[in-house]
Amino acid sequence: MPALLEMQEFYAGYGPIEVLKGISIEVRPGEIVALIGANGAGKTSTLMGISGCLRPRRGRVLWESQEIQQLPAHEIVRRGICHSPEGRKIFPRLTVLENLQMGAFSRRDRAGIERDLVHAFELFPILAERRTQAGGTLSGGEQQMLSVARALMGRPKLLLLDEPSLGLAPMIVVKIFDVVRKLNQEGMAILLVEQAARMALKLAHRGYVMEIGQITMVDKAAALLTDKRVQDAYLGE
Amino acid sequence: MTPPLLVAAVDTSSGWQTFLQYALIGLTNGALFALVALGYTMVYGIIELINFAHGDVFMLGSFLALALIGAMAKYLGWNWGEPAMIGLGIGLLLVVVPLFCAALNVTIDRVVYKPLRRAPKLAPLVSAIGVSFVLMNVGLLWGGAADRHFPDLVSRQSVLGETAALSFTVKDLMVVAITVPIMIALTLFVKTTRLGKAMRATAQDPLAAQLMGINVDRVIGATFALGGALAGAAAVIYGLYINTVSYQMGFQNGLYAFTAAVLGGIGNIPGAVLGGLVIGLARSLGSGYVGERWTSALVFVILIAILVFRPAGLLGSRTRDKV
Ligand SMILES: Nc1ncnc2c1ncn2[C@@H]1O[C@H](COP(=O)(O)OP(=O)(O)O)[C@@H](O)[C@H]1O
Ligand SMILES: [Mg+2]
Repeated sequence: MPALLEMQEFYAGYGPIEVLKGISIEVRPGEIVALIGANGAGKTSTLMGISGCLRPRRGRVLWESQEIQQLPAHEIVRRGICHSPEGRKIFPRLTVLENLQMGAFSRRDRAGIERDLVHAFELFPILAERRTQAGGTLSGGEQQMLSVARALMGRPKLLLLDEPSLGLAPMIVVKIFDVVRKLNQEGMAILLVEQAARMALKLAHRGYVMEIGQITMVDKAAALLTDKRVQDAYLGE
Repeated sequence: MTPPLLVAAVDTSSGWQTFLQYALIGLTNGALFALVALGYTMVYGIIELINFAHGDVFMLGSFLALALIGAMAKYLGWNWGEPAMIGLGIGLLLVVVPLFCAALNVTIDRVVYKPLRRAPKLAPLVSAIGVSFVLMNVGLLWGGAADRHFPDLVSRQSVLGETAALSFTVKDLMVVAITVPIMIALTLFVKTTRLGKAMRATAQDPLAAQLMGINVDRVIGATFALGGALAGAAAVIYGLYINTVSYQMGFQNGLYAFTAAVLGGIGNIPGAVLGGLVIGLARSLGSGYVGERWTSALVFVILIAILVFRPAGLLGSRTRDKV
């Protein structure tokens, strides 16, 4: 099966500092792929590279076999890659509803947007209760749900999730991971960046391990979970 | 250097009456400042740039309005004596001049500011000052160094009747009748439309806006267009109201409008309106009770006093509130 997304030998950085040194990652249709690694390894930068917010110095990103690495970010969203970024990045003074509407900005199918809005409220009922409240007034967990729901409003074929568990109570993390599993069962491909490596690898089909700008391991998630090096470095055993 | 204050001959026989008359004049003037202030505040809200050239776009708009009035009389045989013609002519100016100012403002952004989007904040700021000087010199070439008379097309008859205690002329009414609907329309636009929401989203978090599929460059362009159009409308009203235009008016009025934007909380749309009204009032009451020559000093004393107690401005929140 051809890959949905292929990042090939991707080099990028900020100013003189190179933080991605030849990253190659692929996501196949229907897959959950986990990307794990220590703080500062370059996971967030990798997702930004896919989304068109960090330009490569070398390398390519193929989406459904077409190069997208030079497309502006808003074009990439239109093609079906939606991103729930690190730190949630909710619009603090837009209401919950307006935040969700912004998630659907690239779409014009009113009826479809309306349906997906209902669906988002079904996935996260608390957001329906808070729909007229400003995004900035939500709790951390609620903001994370809003961030995921907002990305879903773009109707992604591939959902990029950057540390959805960061700073949240375990119960809420479980809830969010449940939603991720459900979305995947409905056919959505997911690239999940996590520091909570064990949970991520339990959920994922495959995983990549990233260290200071390079991919050092790639394997089936189950295999990574039992790998001695991964256990020592990321699973705290 | 002070812009002419629009104080009609105020009858000073009764204390209250005098105060109300000054207040009325102040609010009318303030509405005009507010229109210009909105352009500063919207652009700041979205790219955190104080667009010093904004006042000069306003100035060039008034020069265009002046030229168009002359051209309509000369080439179209427009008779400016007839009320219907005046109404139609003003309507036409309120379309053409805002379009011109919008296009000019967008062009400035594209050519000068856009290449500096990722540069340190100081670079576009200094460039904005440079553009301001360039435009001022364009105005100097176009209109000369002397003050130009702007045709006095709108009646000075009081709409309250000649015997009423307060004077509120057709001219005053024109200012209110044009500025208030524009400000209401702008508020509704930013609150309810797709583009308006995209503007607010971009102002609050440009990176997240990009990730939502918002074309941030286009939204910034639209913001410059809207700000320019407001300045264009203000330019037409200013010319018709004050009847004197000069190449320096952009600097002078721009300073007041910018002050209004800061006073209200820069980046905040209702704040710019409130700031404009406060400054209009301060100038009018100041010149009435303290003396014309103290007006500018008074305005800035008020600005400093307010910023000491509310550093983010009257309506600005402590977290940066933008657009
Ligand atoms: N906007 C930025 N400017 C400069 N350096 C950055 C920026 N963002 C990230 N970095 C640096 O790039 C490296 C990788 O960061 P990041 O992609 O955020 O890693 P991770 O998500 O794995 O923690 C880090 O060393 C970080 O300091
Ligand atoms: Mg990160």
